[in-house]
Amino acid sequence: MQFWIIQGLNSLSLGGLLFLLSSGFSLIFGLMRLANLTHGAFFMLGTYFAATAMRAYDGLNIWVAALGAGIAVAAVGGLFERLVLTRLKANPLGQVLVTLGMSFIISDACLMFWGGDSIPVPTPPNLQSPTRVFGFVFPTYRLVLVGCAIATAILLYFLIERTRLGAMIRAGVDDRQMARAVGIPVSNLFTLVFCLGAGIAGAGGVLGGPVLSAYPGLDADMLPLALIVVILGGIGSLLGAFIGSFIIGIIYTFGTALFPELAYIILFLPMIFVIAFRPQGLFGRVST
Amino acid sequence: MTALTFGYALEVVNLKKTFGGLTVTQNVSLSIRPGERRLIIGPNGAGKTTLFNQISGDLRPNSGSISLFGSDITHLPPYKRAHLGLSRTYQIITLFAGDTLEHNVTLGLLGLRRARWQMWRPLSFYGNMTTEARRTLDAVGLLQLATHPISDIAYGERRRVELAMALAQQPRVLLLDEPLAGLSNTERATVKSLIASIPRQTTVIMIEHDMDTALDLAETVTLLNYGRVIVDGERDAVIADERTREVYLGT
Amino acid sequence: MKWIGVALVAGSLLLPPLFAGDFYINLASQILIAAIFALSLNLLVGFGGMTSLGHASYLGVGAYISALLTSRYGFGHGAAALLSIVGTTAMAAFFGVIALRASGLGFLMITLALSQVLWGLAYRMSNVTNGDNGIAGLTRPAPFGISLDSPISFYWFALIVATFALVMMATFVSSAFGSSLKGVRDQPRRMAALGFNPWLIRWITFVYAGFWGGVAGLLYVYYHKYMHPTSLSTTSSAEALLGVIAGGSGTLGGPAVGAALVVLLKNYVSAYLERWNMLLGLVFLFIVLVTPTGIVPGVSRLTTRLRGGER
Repeated sequence: MQFWIIQGLNSLSLGGLLFLLSSGFSLIFGLMRLANLTHGAFFMLGTYFAATAMRAYDGLNIWVAALGAGIAVAAVGGLFERLVLTRLKANPLGQVLVTLGMSFIISDACLMFWGGDSIPVPTPPNLQSPTRVFGFVFPTYRLVLVGCAIATAILLYFLIERTRLGAMIRAGVDDRQMARAVGIPVSNLFTLVFCLGAGIAGAGGVLGGPVLSAYPGLDADMLPLALIVVILGGIGSLLGAFIGSFIIGIIYTFGTALFPELAYIILFLPMIFVIAFRPQGLFGRVST
Repeated sequence: MTALTFGYALEVVNLKKTFGGLTVTQNVSLSIRPGERRLIIGPNGAGKTTLFNQISGDLRPNSGSISLFGSDITHLPPYKRAHLGLSRTYQIITLFAGDTLEHNVTLGLLGLRRARWQMWRPLSFYGNMTTEARRTLDAVGLLQLATHPISDIAYGERRRVELAMALAQQPRVLLLDEPLAGLSNTERATVKSLIASIPRQTTVIMIEHDMDTALDLAETVTLLNYGRVIVDGERDAVIADERTREVYLGT
Repeated sequence: MKWIGVALVAGSLLLPPLFAGDFYINLASQILIAAIFALSLNLLVGFGGMTSLGHASYLGVGAYISALLTSRYGFGHGAAALLSIVGTTAMAAFFGVIALRASGLGFLMITLALSQVLWGLAYRMSNVTNGDNGIAGLTRPAPFGISLDSPISFYWFALIVATFALVMMATFVSSAFGSSLKGVRDQPRRMAALGFNPWLIRWITFVYAGFWGGVAGLLYVYYHKYMHPTSLSTTSSAEALLGVIAGGSGTLGGPAVGAALVVLLKNYVSAYLERWNMLLGLVFLFIVLVTPTGIVPGVSRLTTRLRGGER
């Protein structure tokens, strides 16, 4: 019983982390029709920023670190979008290839600056003491992660469904030509959404830090999880990314706990199942 | 004789198609006899091309059925319909721009032959296919351009290549989607006589806006509007019909 | 002109063993292996319009099967090679069914996800694959009793296989089926209306490309006599894709030239600094932004212009 509850809570916290990772990917794909393969690297960049900043300034608040890293990674993403991606507007394949190239560059740069050893990110002191849930002891920080994911989901929902900016984004998703014709600055919108997506990934990387720590290859570990989440949930759908994250969180956590060697194969199964029976994903509107 | 066995070359029953909340085909039924020349008319957005796309299999209808010479093809993929004798041309020209005219028409022939799975012999090995492609190009008056790439030839000539690709397949039912669109007067006359010369073994269903030319080619006419069949019948009866004038003149 | 080119290529392939040192001969063998691999990926990317980011799966799995069967389960090289090719091709058949549910970016993401899962598996199933330590102490086969242990003999072996692979793949793309494939790449809807089955045409090509990826994997493991999960990594897929794009996707020889450039670059850069991934990324940006159609078509366009030809 204890096993199931603890692993269940672990699943939720991994799911939350995956949502912080994949919501930005899904947002960017939905508006820009761009598979941003740099996304794992953006996440890792956030984790490294946090590791460095929190070691340099002892007692630095993790929320401040997340905000700072989010802004920094958003800036990196914005530069990349403006300088490189906009030149390849008519070439979706070229866009994917440069995001792949960019991910190699970032990942090697991280290796160069931070070396090959894993760097732990400290858990915030006020969240270090465990919480009792149904009489079971559980790390508080992981519960907070779930809260962060839910808060992010709600914020994104309001941003997209309730604000003027969101209305423009939705118009751009539905019909780019039409949006441009009615005077929506689609190009600026692209940059903004790319920054936002990258920023969420960067902040997510910080928040994931205490659980994952910063290590070379973190990007390559995270990118496939993001891909599987969005393929499962439906590319470009926020709700899909949310549900998909928790499904994968559950499957991966229980898979690792029950069949440690096969966890990676178990990840395959829901993806294959969805592709076979619902190629557009659980909540996707268009198949790709 | 096929006419006696099957009754209809193409039969569409209660076809319905929606995109989101928009109904683009509503209860459309058509019965077309073998050898018939049918013209489908209607204002822009009446659902003519959408109807063709459902007949050729590019789109799946929500409900209703389509049969070709008595066999139900509603759920068949497009390539299987082609093998049952259905060919079509496209309103927006879709040719292989980098390849020669001859190669384009040969692809039409290859699509229906087992040689399309042949993995070690080049297309040029099949000389009879090339001969046949050239014969079809000759029929549409483009033989002298056979070895030029599509990208080198004019728009009106491309329209004729479209037609040649479909004709080379010797279809039993041929769907022509605006074969005269964008042509000059002389080209129009050429394509018109080309369509008129299609043998009677082929049933022809044509969407066309140019009434002056198209009505001469048609025996029967179907008028679509807002995805519905408004009038359907012999050419002269449809032209004379009150409802046709309503749709076109809005009175 | 064409024959001069063929003679030059043939000469440059046949001469090195006569005077070059072991280092260069080994480099040439690596180029041949990378060329087979890039050519097989080009069947998908260039001729089929299916951009796969997971082609390392076939090289890696082909190599792993042979490595495991010979080192752990006592198989002979002949049986191991056969099983490895059969296994890799069967995997391609299965992956093809999954990935071809989508096209374009969806296809790319599924192939990437599948290969990343295999890569993770190779790291984590350490009781089988020995994880990050890799499988060392592998041997090379001795076909017809001829040992391939010396650099020169391996080079001849790789050259024979590569030539055969090139001829087979060239025949495939210039066949009637190849015409169907190119048609489906350019106008899938039109091809379906003409009676072609686009899905099956793509799937057959996917399986065939997987087969040659497996062959490249066998040569790869024979050459290195060592197997590590990195051969399944995205970097490995990306190197091949870079070769294809740099050389000119959809051309016959271009990807081989591109693969050669990638191998040379990697070897020379690795000799001086450890930043191969960064350079790979930069080259990707450069190629896509500056020479999007590839080097070989670019050069041939240039020579046509220099000789005063049209266009």
